[in-house]
Amino acid sequence: MQIACNVYDDYQDAMTLIDLANPTRFLTLTARLLPWLAALTAILLLVGLYQSAMAPDDYQQGATVKIMFIHVPNAWLSMFVWGVMSLAALGTLVWRHPLADVAAKAAAPIGAAFTFLALLTGSLWGRPMWGTYWEWDARLTSVLILFLMYLGLIALWRAVEDPSRAARAAAILTLVGAINLPIIKFSVDWWNTLHQPASVMRMGGPSLDQAFLIPLLVMAVAFSLLFVTLHLAAMRNEILRRRVRALQMMQVSRRSA
Amino acid sequence: MTALAALITRDLKIALRVGGGALIGVLFFLTVVVLMPFAVGPDLALLTRLGPAILWLGALLASLLTLDRLFMADHEDGSLDLIVMGRAPLELACAAKALAHWLAAGLPLIVATPVLGLLLNLDATATSAVALTLLAGTPALTFTGMIGAALAVTLHRGGLLLAVLVLPLSIPVLIFGVAASQAAIAGPLSFGTPFSILCALSLVSFVIGPFAAAASLRQGLD
Amino acid sequence: MRLSGRGVRCVRGGREVFSGLDFEASSGEALAVTGRNGSGKTSLLRQIAGLLTVAGGSIGLEGGETELTLAEQAHYLGHRDALKPALSVTENLSFWRDFLDDQAGQAFNPTDSLAAVGLDHALHLPAAYLSAGQRRRLSIARLLAVRRPVWLLDEPINALDAAGQSMFAALMGDHLARGGLIVAATHAPLGVPAKELRIGGVS
Repeated sequence: MQIACNVYDDYQDAMTLIDLANPTRFLTLTARLLPWLAALTAILLLVGLYQSAMAPDDYQQGATVKIMFIHVPNAWLSMFVWGVMSLAALGTLVWRHPLADVAAKAAAPIGAAFTFLALLTGSLWGRPMWGTYWEWDARLTSVLILFLMYLGLIALWRAVEDPSRAARAAAILTLVGAINLPIIKFSVDWWNTLHQPASVMRMGGPSLDQAFLIPLLVMAVAFSLLFVTLHLAAMRNEILRRRVRALQMMQVSRRSA
Repeated sequence: MTALAALITRDLKIALRVGGGALIGVLFFLTVVVLMPFAVGPDLALLTRLGPAILWLGALLASLLTLDRLFMADHEDGSLDLIVMGRAPLELACAAKALAHWLAAGLPLIVATPVLGLLLNLDATATSAVALTLLAGTPALTFTGMIGAALAVTLHRGGLLLAVLVLPLSIPVLIFGVAASQAAIAGPLSFGTPFSILCALSLVSFVIGPFAAAASLRQGLD
Repeated sequence: MRLSGRGVRCVRGGREVFSGLDFEASSGEALAVTGRNGSGKTSLLRQIAGLLTVAGGSIGLEGGETELTLAEQAHYLGHRDALKPALSVTENLSFWRDFLDDQAGQAFNPTDSLAAVGLDHALHLPAAYLSAGQRRRLSIARLLAVRRPVWLLDEPINALDAAGQSMFAALMGDHLARGGLIVAATHAPLGVPAKELRIGGVS
């Protein structure tokens, strides 16, 4: 990095802000799109929450079953976001697309948040159902590991000053994680059946009644839209943050010239 | 092949000459195992039951100990530039370096296992089962850890960040390593099933590790 | 054999260091890359060595061995000397010889290359005991132990004394006479006739 710093000090002419042509189009497009998306998300969330509240209580689980309307979409998104990041990682490594870096970086904290919410709602549901906040159940354990990997990835992003360097490192870790996650999931399942018999009651039983299914689907769509909205907004922020960084670097070198 | 053999010999020579790299790992392993009774109490029956788990955790931490220097040392003195430019494929060079690291740091841990087994009141069968699972499993730890070591070059920093990134990836190895040892000691499962999966994990890591590490090194040199 | 770059552009940390750089060197020619600190001399050498991505334009070698990349036909002698203090002088040299040369089985006598750089009195001493100038001489011995047509040298005569500089000038002369090619980033005259490539305008 030291060499690079010298470069900034001495270099003054023909300076260009790199990689902005594409992000600029992205910014104008999302500026128009985001209000509509946000409104749609809010409406769907309201409808979904209303339907969830109106859904009948489960004959076994009582009112606690309603936690599932929030828990399931979050759990689903926790894995989906890693998939989005893996695609973005391919974009970074293979096509070297500048927006791919931004997409991967912006998705990580959102994915971590969804994973955390899945864990939190899961444990709130577990307290009345299992009598304990935490059970070393195979599903819970592998989601917890997923959460740890999100945190590791965020730490990696934060550890490096130069965003393009961090992007490539994070992309490799994301892809390795994508290969490893099924292996971890499988081993945790195996470990769990070894240690304790499957006493855990699975949600919903054998068949899901329509009264539960429709609110659940609405909530799943609403949360997916929430992810898209948050992701686009976070990407905008990240692009603007990088512009500020580039402008600051230009200012520094202008002063030293 | 001469190129890779030369790389392995060089790394082994350096590991043996500089500060006893292998010795520090074994010493750390010993210390971790000795600390355990202070935490759980000197109950021999309990220690016997926890023995395989303690040995595996100790080996896991000890093999991480020197791993972040795997590429960093070569990066700092410029050797890595020449290794990347060399005619030997970078993936194979990475694999050779990991193999050398395992020979220097992983193998001594396995040799030390019988002695540590005595401290934990494990009988001969149990100790040899743990040693065998370590022999099959520690290469996987080195080869997945290598990815983190290569990322450390890209990031110019190693240490704790490396551990945070690499430890979740080692969960499957830990699960099947301990499960196989337990199966050999107490049953009810056969030793073969978890042990074969452990070997499979090692084989998978032989493929993923070098490719991911080489990709990371190519990206991270500038 | 001809090494050429067309419109080469270099970007570090999101900033452009240089762009539109053209250069050319043929067998038996030396190219001296000059420019003030931070103008990107080292970056250019590392781009030719394939260690840094070329952000625009192209760098190519014509007339070399077709199955090898440019990096595989080049020696890179950078600021960092790639020597391990724990190994002896001979061990350091033999390792790089074995690693870089894929023609296995040939007898190799490190003493020859070490004698050429004036280090044959220290064969079995650990490299840790060498002075900066001696370490540089040992790195230069690496260029002789394995033959590569393209030499990429970053400030090669730094830390060398007058005798060392003339010794290295003679070695570079030999290399050029055999049809080799040298690209060197330098502030001082190289000691062999060289074309000049100035980066970052005229100061």
